Amino acid sequence: MTRHFDLAEVSRRELNQALHDASDGESFEVVNPRGAHAVACGITAALDVVVRGSVGYYCAGMHQRGRVLVEGNASTGLAENIMSGLVHITGNATMSAGATGCGGLVVVGGNAGARCGISMKGVDLVVGGNVGHMSAFMAQAGNLVVCGDAAADLGDSIYEAQIFVRGDVESLGADCIEKEMRPEHLETLSRLLAAASPVGEGVDVSDFRRYGSARRLYNFTIDDVDALEAA
Amino acid sequence: MCGIVGLFCKTETHRHELGRLTAVMLREMRDRGPDSAGFASYDQGEAGRTRITVLAEGIEVDWGPVAAALEGVLGAEVTVRAVHDHVVFSTDGDGRAARQWIIDNVAGATVLSYGSQIELYKAVGDPDLVADRYDLASRTGTHALAHTRMATESAVTTNGSHPFATGADTCLVHNGSLSNHNRLRRFLEGHGESFQTENDSEVAAGYLSWRIRSGNTITQALEGALDDLDGFYTFAIGVADGFAILRDPIACKPAVVAETDDWVAMSSEYRAIARLPGAADAEVWEPEPARIYTWSLAA
Repeated sequence: MTRHFDLAEVSRRELNQALHDASDGESFEVVNPRGAHAVACGITAALDVVVRGSVGYYCAGMHQRGRVLVEGNASTGLAENIMSGLVHITGNATMSAGATGCGGLVVVGGNAGARCGISMKGVDLVVGGNVGHMSAFMAQAGNLVVCGDAAADLGDSIYEAQIFVRGDVESLGADCIEKEMRPEHLETLSRLLAAASPVGEGVDVSDFRRYGSARRLYNFTIDDVDALEAA
Repeated sequence: MCGIVGLFCKTETHRHELGRLTAVMLREMRDRGPDSAGFASYDQGEAGRTRITVLAEGIEVDWGPVAAALEGVLGAEVTVRAVHDHVVFSTDGDGRAARQWIIDNVAGATVLSYGSQIELYKAVGDPDLVADRYDLASRTGTHALAHTRMATESAVTTNGSHPFATGADTCLVHNGSLSNHNRLRRFLEGHGESFQTENDSEVAAGYLSWRIRSGNTITQALEGALDDLDGFYTFAIGVADGFAILRDPIACKPAVVAETDDWVAMSSEYRAIARLPGAADAEVWEPEPARIYTWSLAA
């Protein structure tokens, strides 16, 4: 049985408390979010949550296990620090989607704004459209898949995450370079696109290019200043 | 922090409720800026007639003789009406000259705006109460801007509140901070702009006023701003016949835009837009850094 929460009637705090108290396998439907912040934050059980409408900041922050599906757009910090599970929005996300995520999968059906995947630490991100500037900034682990274009300074100061972009890259950030696409990368890409369905359906993995760290800035010395300035 | 909102009615459909919808948006931004608030609204005005909105907070002035003196200076009829601690002059004379005369001759008064379409109100206090006091909800017109302020680096005063307007029908609200405003203020003062506060956002308004007075379109003025303003900003800008949005190239101050056939709305947060009629079906996106967005009544 699906439990129903109308945020025009009950508070966001009541919703989140119910989600925190719920057990594996329960499902929830949330209506009238009207841009509220911190909707469905801090879930730890394997729940199935559907939010009908657009949400504000930090939706599904610190998410673990289960699924949050938002039928709409999301503002700053979607699924920030996600640990596991799936957060999927059908619309656009503004700044810092998936920031600092340690695991799990974040899917943005439309475009994601600036600094998508900033400081990602193991999360996988699949964006159906474009990403804004400085996406995957200081990314440490995980995969960022962009089915559209990437704006300026992609992967600036990146560590070990992998970035896959199907369209144009306006520019790469410091220490981010294009890398060879080997069979294991195509396999990763296929797996992520399948997991992000319906986003990425019908997309040909051979259209993507791969980007990652040149590893020149791990331990910065003044001798490496050219690597910074070249970017 | 600070919250900003802007609403531009592309069609007639919502112009009769411009103020009510702007008040709904402003209310949602209360907790981004509970210290003070302000709004500017643009109506069709009367051709050739300029209104000058003046803040007269904490001063006792007999406005009849002031209007009479201003008539002498402008060589044109001047009427005046009070709205709480604001007064609105109306004249067929030169608005820019009237603004400067009031600044120079009415001690303690601050000219908030002048133009044929704009009126501008601001006050310290809860944004809802500010909207109520100056009856934002009853305003009609084509577009409006509003701001809620959370002061972080200067005192909570009415003069530190937004919007800012220094030129004819040119007005902005700002979330962010500028770092080169002192130098820029001196430059603009040398080019005919006058300022009434130490506020960085007033300098940004003065910059646009100077550009537009020099013959720039709003797009050209904002292209110049990208080169000449140093700092963080998300701006919503009103001009006589249009509405614009600009974010700095780093774009860390939030902004979201929604557009339907009838309106364009921008805000710091989507929740300010969520309650507008048709919002659920609007196209919603985050404006890109360093990209100029404009909408014109002429279009």
